Amino acid sequence: MTPALIVFAYLAVVLYIGIFAFRRGTASGEDYFLANRGLGQTVFLLSLFGTNMTAFSILGSSGLSYRIGIGVFGLMASASALVIPLTLFLIGTRLWALGKRFGHRTQVGFFRDRWECGGIGTFLFALTAAMLVPYIVIAVMGGGHTLEAVSGGRVPYEAGGAVVALVVMGYVFFGGMRGTAWVNAFQTVLFLAFGTAAFLLIARGVGGLDQVMGRIAADPKTAPLLSRERIPPREFFSYMFIPLSSIMFPHIAIACLTAKSAGHFKKTVTFYPICILALWAPAVYLGVVAAAEFPGLKPGETDDVLVRLLTRHTTPALAGLLGAGIMACVMASDSQIMALSTMFTNDVFVHYGGKERFGDRVQVWTGRAFVAGIAAVAYLIGVALKHTEGIFEVAVRFAFSGYAALAPVMIAALFWKRSTKWGALAAGVWTLATVLGTWYLFSVSAPGKPFPVLPSVFARTPGGVTVFGFLPVVPMVLGSAALVAAVSLLTRPPGPATLGKYFPPKATP
Amino acid sequence: MKWALTAVVAVVVLLHQDFWFWTDKTLLFGFLPVGLAYHLGYAVLAAATMALLVRFAWPSRLEDDDRPEP
Repeated sequence: MTPALIVFAYLAVVLYIGIFAFRRGTASGEDYFLANRGLGQTVFLLSLFGTNMTAFSILGSSGLSYRIGIGVFGLMASASALVIPLTLFLIGTRLWALGKRFGHRTQVGFFRDRWECGGIGTFLFALTAAMLVPYIVIAVMGGGHTLEAVSGGRVPYEAGGAVVALVVMGYVFFGGMRGTAWVNAFQTVLFLAFGTAAFLLIARGVGGLDQVMGRIAADPKTAPLLSRERIPPREFFSYMFIPLSSIMFPHIAIACLTAKSAGHFKKTVTFYPICILALWAPAVYLGVVAAAEFPGLKPGETDDVLVRLLTRHTTPALAGLLGAGIMACVMASDSQIMALSTMFTNDVFVHYGGKERFGDRVQVWTGRAFVAGIAAVAYLIGVALKHTEGIFEVAVRFAFSGYAALAPVMIAALFWKRSTKWGALAAGVWTLATVLGTWYLFSVSAPGKPFPVLPSVFARTPGGVTVFGFLPVVPMVLGSAALVAAVSLLTRPPGPATLGKYFPPKATP
Repeated sequence: MKWALTAVVAVVVLLHQDFWFWTDKTLLFGFLPVGLAYHLGYAVLAAATMALLVRFAWPSRLEDDDRPEP
Protein backbone atom coordinates (compact mmCIF):
# COMPACT_ATOMS: atom_id res chain seq x y z
CA MET A 1 0.00 0.00 0.00
CA THR A 2 3.03 2.32 0.45
CA PRO A 3 3.31 3.14 -3.28
CA ALA A 4 -0.39 4.07 -3.42
CA LEU A 5 -0.01 6.38 -0.40
CA ILE A 6 2.92 8.15 -2.06
CA VAL A 7 0.86 8.61 -5.22
CA PHE A 8 -2.05 10.02 -3.20
CA ALA A 9 0.37 12.41 -1.45
CA TYR A 10 1.57 13.52 -4.89
CA LEU A 11 -2.01 14.12 -6.04
CA ALA A 12 -2.65 16.20 -2.91
CA VAL A 13 0.45 18.31 -3.65
CA VAL A 14 -0.61 19.12 -7.22
CA LEU A 15 -4.14 19.93 -6.07
CA TYR A 16 -2.70 22.31 -3.50
CA ILE A 17 -0.53 23.97 -6.17
CA GLY A 18 -3.68 24.66 -8.21
CA ILE A 19 -5.54 26.13 -5.24
CA PHE A 20 -2.50 28.23 -4.29
CA ALA A 21 -2.42 29.57 -7.85
CA PHE A 22 -6.13 30.41 -7.53
CA ARG A 23 -5.36 32.59 -4.48
CA ARG A 24 -2.63 34.41 -6.39
CA GLY A 25 -4.82 35.10 -9.41
CA THR A 26 -7.43 37.69 -10.27
CA ALA A 27 -10.92 37.13 -11.65
CA SER A 28 -10.13 38.36 -15.18
CA GLY A 29 -10.21 36.24 -18.32
CA GLU A 30 -6.68 37.28 -19.23
CA ASP A 31 -5.48 35.93 -15.88
CA TYR A 32 -7.47 32.68 -15.90
CA PHE A 33 -6.73 31.72 -19.50
CA LEU A 34 -3.20 33.09 -19.97
CA ALA A 35 -1.80 33.74 -16.46
CA ASN A 36 -1.86 37.43 -17.38
CA ARG A 37 0.85 36.70 -19.99
CA GLY A 38 3.24 36.87 -17.10
CA LEU A 39 5.01 33.52 -16.59
CA GLY A 40 8.61 33.84 -15.50
CA GLN A 41 11.61 32.34 -17.26
CA THR A 42 11.97 29.08 -15.28
CA VAL A 43 8.27 28.25 -15.06
CA PHE A 44 7.85 29.02 -18.77
CA LEU A 45 10.64 26.61 -19.78
CA LEU A 46 9.65 23.82 -17.40
CA SER A 47 5.92 24.09 -18.04
CA LEU A 48 6.34 24.24 -21.83
CA PHE A 49 8.54 21.15 -21.71
CA GLY A 50 6.17 19.37 -19.31
CA THR A 51 3.21 20.24 -21.49
CA ASN A 52 4.87 18.44 -24.40
CA MET A 53 5.71 15.32 -22.40
CA THR A 54 3.20 12.50 -22.08
CA ALA A 55 3.14 9.02 -20.60
CA PHE A 56 4.81 7.86 -23.80
CA SER A 57 7.93 9.93 -23.05
CA ILE A 58 8.93 7.60 -20.24
CA LEU A 59 6.86 4.44 -20.39
CA GLY A 60 6.16 4.12 -24.10
CA SER A 61 9.70 4.99 -25.15
CA SER A 62 11.27 2.38 -22.87
CA GLY A 63 8.72 -0.18 -24.07
CA LEU A 64 9.49 0.63 -27.69
CA SER A 65 13.27 0.50 -27.19
CA TYR A 66 12.79 -2.91 -25.55
CA ARG A 67 11.37 -4.05 -28.90
CA ILE A 68 13.40 -2.15 -31.51
CA GLY A 69 16.47 -0.85 -29.70
CA ILE A 70 18.45 2.31 -29.07
CA GLY A 71 17.30 3.85 -32.36
CA VAL A 72 14.17 5.06 -30.53
CA PHE A 73 16.21 7.96 -29.20
CA GLY A 74 17.13 9.15 -32.70
CA LEU A 75 13.66 8.37 -33.97
CA MET A 76 11.76 10.53 -31.51
CA ALA A 77 13.99 12.36 -29.05
CA SER A 78 16.82 13.83 -31.11
CA ALA A 79 14.46 14.73 -33.97
CA SER A 80 12.32 16.63 -31.45
CA ALA A 81 15.43 18.13 -29.86
CA LEU A 82 16.02 20.12 -33.03
CA VAL A 83 12.59 20.60 -34.61
CA ILE A 84 10.56 21.62 -31.52
CA PRO A 85 12.88 24.43 -30.35
CA LEU A 86 13.24 25.53 -33.96
CA THR A 87 9.46 25.89 -34.28
CA LEU A 88 9.33 27.69 -30.93
CA PHE A 89 12.03 30.04 -32.16
CA LEU A 90 10.45 30.74 -35.55
CA ILE A 91 6.73 30.44 -34.78
CA GLY A 92 6.26 30.59 -31.00
CA THR A 93 8.00 33.94 -30.65
CA ARG A 94 5.91 35.50 -33.44
CA LEU A 95 2.70 34.11 -31.99
CA TRP A 96 3.65 35.55 -28.61
CA ALA A 97 4.32 39.00 -30.11
CA LEU A 98 1.10 39.08 -32.15
CA GLY A 99 -0.91 37.81 -29.20
CA LYS A 100 0.45 40.53 -26.98
CA ARG A 101 0.03 43.28 -29.57
CA PHE A 102 -3.47 42.37 -30.79
CA GLY A 103 -4.88 40.51 -27.78
CA HIS A 104 -5.20 37.05 -29.32
CA ARG A 105 -5.69 34.33 -26.73
CA THR A 106 -5.60 31.35 -29.08
CA GLN A 107 -4.15 30.54 -32.47
CA VAL A 108 -7.70 30.41 -33.82
CA GLY A 109 -8.20 34.07 -32.86
CA PHE A 110 -5.05 34.89 -34.82
CA PHE A 111 -6.21 32.96 -37.91
CA ARG A 112 -9.59 34.69 -37.89
CA ASP A 113 -8.07 38.14 -37.76
CA ARG A 114 -5.22 37.37 -40.14
CA TRP A 115 -7.55 36.08 -42.85
CA GLU A 116 -10.54 38.32 -42.07
CA CYS A 117 -12.82 35.32 -41.68
CA GLY A 118 -14.66 33.88 -38.67
CA GLY A 119 -15.54 30.66 -40.49
CA ILE A 120 -11.95 29.52 -41.06
CA GLY A 121 -11.35 29.94 -37.32
CA THR A 122 -14.43 27.89 -36.45
CA PHE A 123 -13.36 25.12 -38.83
CA LEU A 124 -9.81 24.99 -37.46
CA PHE A 125 -11.16 25.14 -33.90
CA ALA A 126 -13.38 22.10 -34.53
CA LEU A 127 -10.57 20.19 -36.26
CA THR A 128 -7.88 20.83 -33.65
CA ALA A 129 -10.26 20.33 -30.71
CA ALA A 130 -11.52 17.00 -32.09
CA MET A 131 -7.96 15.70 -32.46
CA LEU A 132 -7.23 16.64 -28.83
CA VAL A 133 -10.05 14.63 -27.22
CA PRO A 134 -8.37 11.17 -27.48
CA TYR A 135 -5.40 12.48 -25.44
CA ILE A 136 -7.67 13.47 -22.57
CA VAL A 137 -9.55 10.16 -22.58
CA ILE A 138 -6.28 8.20 -22.62
CA ALA A 139 -4.99 10.19 -19.64
CA VAL A 140 -8.05 9.29 -17.55
CA MET A 141 -7.66 5.65 -18.58
CA GLY A 142 -3.95 5.73 -17.74
CA GLY A 143 -4.70 7.25 -14.34
CA GLY A 144 -7.20 4.50 -13.56
CA HIS A 145 -4.80 1.75 -14.58
CA THR A 146 -1.85 3.30 -12.71
CA LEU A 147 -3.70 3.71 -9.42
CA GLU A 148 -5.09 0.21 -9.73
CA ALA A 149 -1.58 -1.17 -10.33
CA VAL A 150 0.27 0.72 -7.59
CA SER A 151 -2.41 -0.07 -5.00
CA GLY A 152 -2.29 -3.77 -5.81
CA GLY A 153 -5.91 -3.66 -6.99
CA ARG A 154 -7.28 -2.01 -3.81
CA VAL A 155 -8.24 1.10 -5.81
CA PRO A 156 -10.32 -0.20 -8.75
CA TYR A 157 -9.89 1.24 -12.24
CA GLU A 158 -13.15 3.22 -12.10
CA ALA A 159 -12.26 4.84 -8.76
CA GLY A 160 -8.68 5.55 -9.87
CA GLY A 161 -9.88 7.21 -13.06
CA ALA A 162 -12.35 9.29 -11.04
CA VAL A 163 -9.63 10.42 -8.61
CA VAL A 164 -7.33 11.47 -11.46
CA ALA A 165 -10.14 13.26 -13.33
CA LEU A 166 -11.21 15.07 -10.14
CA VAL A 167 -7.68 16.16 -9.20
CA VAL A 168 -6.88 17.43 -12.71
CA MET A 169 -10.27 19.13 -12.93
CA GLY A 170 -9.69 20.63 -9.47
CA TYR A 171 -6.43 22.41 -10.12
CA VAL A 172 -7.31 23.43 -13.68
CA PHE A 173 -10.75 24.64 -12.52
CA PHE A 174 -9.32 26.77 -9.71
CA GLY A 175 -5.82 27.59 -10.87
CA GLY A 176 -6.49 28.16 -14.57
CA MET A 177 -3.41 28.61 -16.75
CA ARG A 178 -1.22 29.69 -13.82
CA GLY A 179 -2.10 26.59 -11.78
CA THR A 180 -1.65 24.34 -14.81
CA ALA A 181 1.74 25.89 -15.63
CA TRP A 182 2.97 25.55 -12.04
CA VAL A 183 1.84 21.93 -11.84
CA ASN A 184 3.51 21.22 -15.20
CA ALA A 185 6.73 22.81 -13.99
CA PHE A 186 6.58 20.68 -10.83
CA GLN A 187 5.88 17.57 -12.92
CA THR A 188 8.84 18.31 -15.20
CA VAL A 189 11.17 18.48 -12.22
CA LEU A 190 9.69 15.18 -11.07
CA PHE A 191 10.15 13.61 -14.56
CA LEU A 192 13.79 14.63 -14.69
CA ALA A 193 14.60 13.68 -11.09
CA PHE A 194 12.79 10.36 -11.47
CA GLY A 195 14.55 9.49 -14.71
CA THR A 196 18.00 10.21 -13.29
CA ALA A 197 17.34 8.38 -10.00
CA ALA A 198 15.83 5.37 -11.75
CA PHE A 199 18.80 5.18 -14.11
CA LEU A 200 21.38 5.26 -11.30
CA LEU A 201 19.52 2.78 -9.08
CA ILE A 202 18.92 0.29 -11.85
CA ALA A 203 22.49 0.62 -13.15
CA ARG A 204 23.68 -0.38 -9.69
CA GLY A 205 21.05 -3.08 -9.33
CA VAL A 206 21.90 -4.91 -12.57
CA GLY A 207 25.54 -5.18 -11.52
CA GLY A 208 27.02 -2.55 -13.84
CA LEU A 209 25.97 -1.31 -17.26
CA ASP A 210 29.01 -2.77 -19.02
CA GLN A 211 28.03 -6.24 -17.76
CA VAL A 212 24.45 -6.07 -18.98
CA MET A 213 25.37 -4.47 -22.32
CA GLY A 214 28.00 -7.18 -22.82
CA ARG A 215 25.30 -9.81 -22.36
CA ILE A 216 23.03 -8.05 -24.87
CA ALA A 217 25.84 -7.81 -27.44
CA ALA A 218 26.75 -11.48 -27.04
CA ASP A 219 23.21 -12.78 -27.61
CA PRO A 220 22.21 -12.84 -31.32
CA LYS A 221 18.56 -12.28 -30.32
CA THR A 222 19.24 -9.03 -28.46
CA ALA A 223 22.35 -7.71 -30.24
CA PRO A 224 20.29 -5.85 -32.92
CA LEU A 225 18.91 -3.65 -30.11
CA LEU A 226 22.33 -1.94 -29.96
CA SER A 227 21.89 -0.57 -33.48
CA ARG A 228 19.05 0.57 -35.75
CA GLU A 229 18.67 -2.66 -37.69
CA ARG A 230 15.01 -2.96 -36.71
CA ILE A 231 14.04 0.52 -37.94
CA PRO A 232 13.45 0.98 -41.69
CA PRO A 233 15.41 4.03 -42.96
CA ARG A 234 12.33 5.66 -44.57
CA GLU A 235 10.40 5.44 -41.32
CA PHE A 236 13.38 6.93 -39.48
CA PHE A 237 13.42 9.81 -41.97
CA SER A 238 9.64 10.29 -41.61
CA TYR A 239 9.96 10.91 -37.88
CA MET A 240 11.70 14.21 -38.63
CA PHE A 241 8.26 15.52 -39.69
CA ILE A 242 6.36 14.44 -36.55
CA PRO A 243 7.67 17.19 -34.20
CA LEU A 244 6.16 19.80 -36.54
CA SER A 245 2.94 18.85 -34.74
CA SER A 246 4.16 20.37 -31.49
CA ILE A 247 3.53 24.03 -32.28
CA MET A 248 0.11 23.21 -33.74
CA PHE A 249 -1.10 21.53 -30.57
CA PRO A 250 -3.50 24.06 -29.05
CA HIS A 251 -1.91 23.65 -25.60
CA ILE A 252 1.56 24.45 -26.95
CA ALA A 253 0.47 27.39 -29.10
CA ILE A 254 -1.50 28.85 -26.17
CA ALA A 255 1.42 28.19 -23.80
CA CYS A 256 3.57 30.35 -26.08
CA LEU A 257 1.27 33.28 -25.28
CA THR A 258 1.90 33.04 -21.54
CA ALA A 259 5.53 34.21 -21.45
CA LYS A 260 6.14 37.49 -19.71
CA SER A 261 8.79 38.54 -22.18
CA ALA A 262 10.04 37.59 -25.64
CA GLY A 263 13.41 37.10 -24.01
CA HIS A 264 12.01 34.10 -22.08
CA PHE A 265 12.07 32.13 -25.32
CA LYS A 266 15.86 32.50 -25.54
CA LYS A 267 16.74 30.12 -22.70
CA THR A 268 13.72 27.94 -23.44
CA VAL A 269 14.79 27.12 -27.01
CA THR A 270 18.42 26.66 -25.96
CA PHE A 271 17.78 24.33 -23.01
CA TYR A 272 14.87 22.44 -24.54
CA PRO A 273 17.15 19.91 -26.32
CA ILE A 274 19.03 19.28 -23.08
CA CYS A 275 15.76 18.60 -21.24
CA ILE A 276 14.81 16.11 -23.96
CA LEU A 277 18.20 14.42 -23.63
CA ALA A 278 17.90 14.23 -19.82
CA LEU A 279 14.42 12.68 -19.94
CA TRP A 280 14.59 10.36 -22.94
CA ALA A 281 18.15 8.99 -22.71
CA PRO A 282 17.60 7.04 -19.44
CA ALA A 283 14.17 5.81 -20.59
CA VAL A 284 15.47 4.49 -23.93
CA TYR A 285 18.64 3.01 -22.44
CA LEU A 286 16.75 1.23 -19.65
CA GLY A 287 14.31 -0.20 -22.19
CA VAL A 288 17.25 -1.98 -23.84
CA VAL A 289 18.60 -3.07 -20.42
CA ALA A 290 15.17 -4.59 -19.71
CA ALA A 291 15.52 -6.79 -22.79
CA ALA A 292 18.35 -8.60 -21.00
CA GLU A 293 16.57 -8.66 -17.65
CA PHE A 294 13.10 -9.75 -18.84
CA PRO A 295 13.46 -11.54 -22.17
CA GLY A 296 10.42 -12.64 -24.14
CA LEU A 297 7.83 -10.00 -23.22
CA LYS A 298 5.02 -9.53 -25.75
CA PRO A 299 4.29 -6.07 -27.27
CA GLY A 300 1.36 -5.44 -24.90
CA GLU A 301 3.58 -6.16 -21.87
CA THR A 302 6.55 -3.98 -22.72
CA ASP A 303 5.20 -0.60 -21.59
CA ASP A 304 5.81 -1.48 -17.94
CA VAL A 305 9.44 -2.60 -18.28
CA LEU A 306 10.56 0.39 -16.19
CA VAL A 307 8.14 -0.64 -13.44
CA ARG A 308 9.50 -4.17 -13.59
CA LEU A 309 13.12 -2.97 -13.40
CA LEU A 310 12.43 -0.74 -10.42
CA THR A 311 10.37 -3.37 -8.62
CA ARG A 312 13.21 -5.86 -9.00
CA HIS A 313 16.03 -3.52 -8.10
CA THR A 314 14.59 -0.99 -5.60
CA THR A 315 12.33 -0.73 -2.52
CA PRO A 316 8.51 -0.26 -2.27
CA ALA A 317 8.97 3.42 -1.34
CA LEU A 318 10.94 4.03 -4.53
CA ALA A 319 8.31 2.13 -6.48
CA GLY A 320 5.82 4.60 -5.01
CA LEU A 321 7.91 7.46 -6.28
CA LEU A 322 7.84 5.73 -9.63
CA GLY A 323 4.06 5.65 -9.41
CA ALA A 324 4.08 9.40 -8.78
CA GLY A 325 6.38 9.88 -11.76
CA ILE A 326 4.07 7.85 -13.96
CA MET A 327 1.12 9.79 -12.63
CA ALA A 328 2.92 13.01 -13.52
CA CYS A 329 3.22 11.77 -17.10
CA VAL A 330 -0.36 10.59 -17.25
CA MET A 331 -1.66 13.90 -15.92
CA ALA A 332 -0.15 15.81 -18.81
CA SER A 333 -3.80 16.03 -19.92
CA ASP A 334 -4.22 19.07 -17.66
CA SER A 335 -2.83 21.49 -20.23
CA GLN A 336 -4.96 19.89 -22.94
CA ILE A 337 -8.12 20.36 -20.87
CA MET A 338 -7.05 23.94 -20.14
CA ALA A 339 -6.43 24.55 -23.85
CA LEU A 340 -9.83 23.15 -24.84
CA SER A 341 -11.48 25.37 -22.25
CA THR A 342 -9.56 28.42 -23.47
CA MET A 343 -10.46 27.69 -27.07
CA PHE A 344 -14.13 27.01 -26.39
CA THR A 345 -14.52 30.11 -24.25
CA ASN A 346 -12.60 32.51 -26.48
CA ASP A 347 -13.17 31.05 -29.94
CA VAL A 348 -16.83 30.17 -29.49
CA PHE A 349 -18.34 31.90 -26.43
CA VAL A 350 -16.60 35.25 -26.89
CA HIS A 351 -16.55 35.15 -30.68
CA TYR A 352 -20.30 34.67 -30.85
CA GLY A 353 -21.03 37.53 -28.46
CA GLY A 354 -21.08 35.85 -25.04
CA LYS A 355 -18.62 38.22 -23.38
CA GLU A 356 -20.38 41.34 -24.64
CA ARG A 357 -23.68 40.04 -23.30
CA PHE A 358 -22.53 38.58 -19.98
CA GLY A 359 -19.15 40.15 -19.17
CA ASP A 360 -15.65 39.02 -18.27
CA ARG A 361 -16.61 37.26 -15.02
CA VAL A 362 -19.14 34.99 -16.73
CA GLN A 363 -16.54 34.28 -19.40
CA VAL A 364 -14.17 32.90 -16.75
CA TRP A 365 -16.93 30.82 -15.18
CA THR A 366 -17.85 29.50 -18.63
CA GLY A 367 -14.24 28.36 -18.96
CA ARG A 368 -14.40 26.69 -15.55
CA ALA A 369 -17.70 24.99 -16.36
CA PHE A 370 -16.17 23.70 -19.59
CA VAL A 371 -13.20 22.28 -17.64
CA ALA A 372 -15.59 20.42 -15.32
CA GLY A 373 -17.67 19.23 -18.26
CA ILE A 374 -14.81 17.93 -20.38
CA ALA A 375 -13.23 16.13 -17.38
CA ALA A 376 -16.58 14.46 -16.63
CA VAL A 377 -17.14 13.44 -20.26
CA ALA A 378 -13.55 12.09 -20.55
CA TYR A 379 -14.11 10.05 -17.37
CA LEU A 380 -17.41 8.61 -18.59
CA ILE A 381 -15.88 7.66 -21.95
CA GLY A 382 -12.85 6.21 -20.14
CA VAL A 383 -15.08 4.00 -18.00
CA ALA A 384 -17.54 3.04 -20.73
CA LEU A 385 -14.77 2.10 -23.19
CA LYS A 386 -12.38 0.64 -20.63
CA HIS A 387 -11.29 -2.25 -22.82
CA THR A 388 -10.81 -0.25 -26.01
CA GLU A 389 -7.76 1.74 -24.96
CA GLY A 390 -5.98 0.65 -28.15
CA ILE A 391 -8.43 2.61 -30.29
CA PHE A 392 -7.57 5.85 -28.50
CA GLU A 393 -3.86 5.14 -28.72
CA VAL A 394 -4.18 4.73 -32.48
CA ALA A 395 -6.24 7.93 -32.63
CA VAL A 396 -3.49 9.80 -30.78
CA ARG A 397 -0.85 8.53 -33.20
CA PHE A 398 -2.89 9.67 -36.20
CA ALA A 399 -3.66 13.00 -34.54
CA PHE A 400 0.11 13.70 -34.27
CA SER A 401 0.32 13.47 -38.06
CA GLY A 402 -2.79 15.64 -38.38
CA TYR A 403 -1.32 18.43 -36.27
CA ALA A 404 1.96 18.20 -38.21
CA ALA A 405 -0.03 18.57 -41.46
CA LEU A 406 -1.49 21.83 -40.12
CA ALA A 407 1.97 23.36 -39.56
CA PRO A 408 2.13 24.79 -43.12
CA VAL A 409 -1.07 26.73 -42.33
CA MET A 410 0.60 28.45 -39.39
CA ILE A 411 3.80 29.10 -41.35
CA ALA A 412 1.80 30.62 -44.22
CA ALA A 413 -0.21 32.82 -41.84
CA LEU A 414 2.91 34.18 -40.16
CA PHE A 415 5.36 34.51 -43.01
CA TRP A 416 3.50 34.68 -46.33
CA LYS A 417 1.48 37.82 -47.09
CA ARG A 418 -0.14 36.21 -50.11
CA SER A 419 -1.68 33.33 -48.12
CA THR A 420 -5.49 33.22 -48.00
CA LYS A 421 -8.28 31.70 -45.96
CA TRP A 422 -9.08 29.41 -48.90
CA GLY A 423 -5.55 28.06 -48.89
CA ALA A 424 -5.85 27.40 -45.16
CA LEU A 425 -9.25 25.77 -45.66
CA ALA A 426 -7.86 23.50 -48.39
CA ALA A 427 -5.02 22.39 -46.11
CA GLY A 428 -7.47 21.82 -43.25
CA VAL A 429 -9.77 19.69 -45.42
CA TRP A 430 -6.73 17.76 -46.70
CA THR A 431 -5.64 17.13 -43.09
CA LEU A 432 -9.08 15.89 -42.08
CA ALA A 433 -9.36 13.67 -45.16
CA THR A 434 -5.91 12.14 -44.74
CA VAL A 435 -6.33 11.48 -41.00
CA LEU A 436 -9.63 9.68 -41.72
CA GLY A 437 -8.09 7.98 -44.78
CA THR A 438 -5.15 6.68 -42.72
CA TRP A 439 -7.59 5.40 -40.12
CA TYR A 440 -9.56 3.61 -42.85
CA LEU A 441 -6.43 2.03 -44.37
CA PHE A 442 -5.31 0.97 -40.90
CA SER A 443 -8.66 -0.63 -40.13
CA VAL A 444 -8.92 -2.62 -43.38
CA SER A 445 -5.40 -4.06 -43.21
CA ALA A 446 -3.44 -6.35 -40.90
CA PRO A 447 0.29 -6.71 -40.16
CA GLY A 448 2.01 -9.40 -42.18
CA LYS A 449 -0.79 -9.71 -44.77
CA PRO A 450 -0.93 -8.26 -48.31
CA PHE A 451 -2.42 -4.76 -48.29
CA PRO A 452 -5.99 -4.86 -49.66
CA VAL A 453 -5.76 -1.48 -51.46
CA LEU A 454 -2.88 -0.51 -53.80
CA PRO A 455 -0.32 -2.89 -52.28
CA SER A 456 2.47 -1.30 -54.35
CA VAL A 457 1.86 2.02 -52.54
CA PHE A 458 0.69 1.13 -49.04
CA ALA A 459 1.99 -1.34 -46.48
CA ARG A 460 0.85 -2.21 -43.00
CA THR A 461 3.15 -2.02 -39.98
CA PRO A 462 2.23 -3.15 -36.44
CA GLY A 463 1.47 0.45 -35.44
CA GLY A 464 0.19 2.03 -38.63
CA VAL A 465 0.37 2.31 -42.40
CA THR A 466 3.21 3.39 -44.69
CA VAL A 467 3.10 5.12 -48.09
CA PHE A 468 6.00 4.03 -50.33
CA GLY A 469 7.71 3.07 -47.08
CA PHE A 470 7.28 6.51 -45.52
CA LEU A 471 4.93 7.26 -42.64
CA PRO A 472 1.71 9.06 -43.71
CA VAL A 473 2.94 12.24 -42.04
CA VAL A 474 5.32 12.89 -44.96
CA PRO A 475 2.71 13.11 -47.75
CA MET A 476 0.31 14.78 -45.32
CA VAL A 477 2.70 17.66 -44.57
CA LEU A 478 3.91 18.02 -48.16
CA GLY A 479 0.35 17.90 -49.53
CA SER A 480 -0.83 20.45 -47.01
CA ALA A 481 2.02 22.82 -47.93
CA ALA A 482 1.30 22.42 -51.65
CA LEU A 483 -2.41 23.11 -51.14
CA VAL A 484 -1.85 26.22 -49.01
CA ALA A 485 0.47 27.58 -51.70
CA ALA A 486 -1.58 26.63 -54.78
CA VAL A 487 -5.03 27.59 -53.50
CA SER A 488 -3.74 30.85 -51.99
CA LEU A 489 -2.27 31.87 -55.34
CA LEU A 490 -5.63 31.21 -57.00
CA THR A 491 -7.68 33.24 -54.51
CA ARG A 492 -7.81 36.81 -53.26
CA PRO A 493 -5.61 37.77 -50.28
CA PRO A 494 -6.86 39.84 -47.31
CA GLY A 495 -7.20 43.59 -47.67
CA PRO A 496 -4.36 46.11 -47.36
CA ALA A 497 -5.37 47.13 -43.82
CA THR A 498 -4.96 43.57 -42.51
CA LEU A 499 -1.74 43.00 -44.43
CA GLY A 500 -0.39 46.29 -43.10
CA LYS A 501 -1.31 45.20 -39.59
CA TYR A 502 0.48 41.85 -39.79
CA PHE A 503 3.28 42.80 -42.17
CA PRO A 504 4.20 46.37 -41.27
CA PRO A 505 6.88 47.97 -43.44
CA LYS A 506 10.34 47.57 -41.98
CA ALA A 507 11.57 50.72 -40.26
CA THR A 508 14.42 52.41 -42.06
CA PRO A 509 17.43 53.25 -39.90
CA MET B 1 24.66 35.91 -41.89
CA LYS B 2 21.06 34.88 -42.56
CA TRP B 3 22.07 32.48 -45.33
CA ALA B 4 24.99 31.12 -43.34
CA LEU B 5 22.70 30.28 -40.42
CA THR B 6 20.12 28.72 -42.75
CA ALA B 7 22.91 26.54 -44.13
CA VAL B 8 23.98 25.57 -40.61
CA VAL B 9 20.42 24.50 -39.75
CA ALA B 10 20.13 22.54 -43.01
CA VAL B 11 23.39 20.70 -42.28
CA VAL B 12 22.20 19.89 -38.74
CA VAL B 13 18.93 18.54 -40.15
CA LEU B 14 20.88 16.32 -42.58
CA LEU B 15 23.19 15.10 -39.82
CA HIS B 16 20.18 13.48 -38.17
CA GLN B 17 20.18 10.81 -40.89
CA ASP B 18 23.37 9.06 -39.73
CA PHE B 19 23.10 6.04 -42.03
CA TRP B 20 26.78 5.26 -41.38
CA PHE B 21 25.98 3.99 -37.86
CA TRP B 22 22.86 2.07 -38.91
CA THR B 23 24.14 -1.43 -38.12
CA ASP B 24 27.15 -0.53 -35.96
CA LYS B 25 26.92 -2.25 -32.57
CA THR B 26 30.17 -0.91 -31.12
CA LEU B 27 30.00 -0.16 -27.41
CA LEU B 28 31.88 2.97 -26.38
CA PHE B 29 33.49 2.64 -22.93
CA GLY B 30 31.99 -0.84 -22.79
CA PHE B 31 28.41 0.32 -22.15
CA LEU B 32 27.31 3.03 -24.63
CA PRO B 33 26.15 1.94 -28.13
CA VAL B 34 27.81 4.18 -30.70
CA GLY B 35 24.50 4.94 -32.47
CA LEU B 36 23.00 6.17 -29.21
CA ALA B 37 26.13 8.17 -28.36
CA TYR B 38 25.86 9.90 -31.74
CA HIS B 39 22.29 10.99 -31.11
CA LEU B 40 23.04 12.10 -27.55
CA GLY B 41 25.70 14.28 -29.15
CA TYR B 42 23.16 15.36 -31.74
CA ALA B 43 20.86 16.67 -29.00
CA VAL B 44 23.76 18.71 -27.64
CA LEU B 45 24.46 19.94 -31.18
CA ALA B 46 20.78 20.96 -31.44
CA ALA B 47 21.17 23.00 -28.24
CA ALA B 48 24.32 24.63 -29.65
CA THR B 49 22.51 25.40 -32.91
CA MET B 50 19.67 27.05 -31.04
CA ALA B 51 22.17 29.07 -28.98
CA LEU B 52 23.74 30.20 -32.25
CA LEU B 53 20.35 31.25 -33.64
CA VAL B 54 19.47 33.11 -30.45
CA ARG B 55 22.83 34.90 -30.55
CA PHE B 56 22.89 35.87 -34.21
CA ALA B 57 19.33 35.64 -35.57
CA TRP B 58 17.12 36.70 -32.69
CA PRO B 59 14.13 38.71 -33.99
CA SER B 60 14.99 41.72 -31.85
CA ARG B 61 11.99 43.72 -33.10
CA LEU B 62 9.88 41.40 -30.94
CA GLU B 63 11.53 42.95 -27.91
CA ASP B 64 9.59 46.12 -28.72
CA ASP B 65 6.53 44.34 -27.37
CA ASP B 66 8.25 44.05 -24.00
CA ARG B 67 8.22 47.78 -23.52
CA PRO B 68 5.44 49.15 -21.33
CA GLU B 69 2.66 51.12 -22.99
CA PRO B 70 3.37 54.88 -23.05
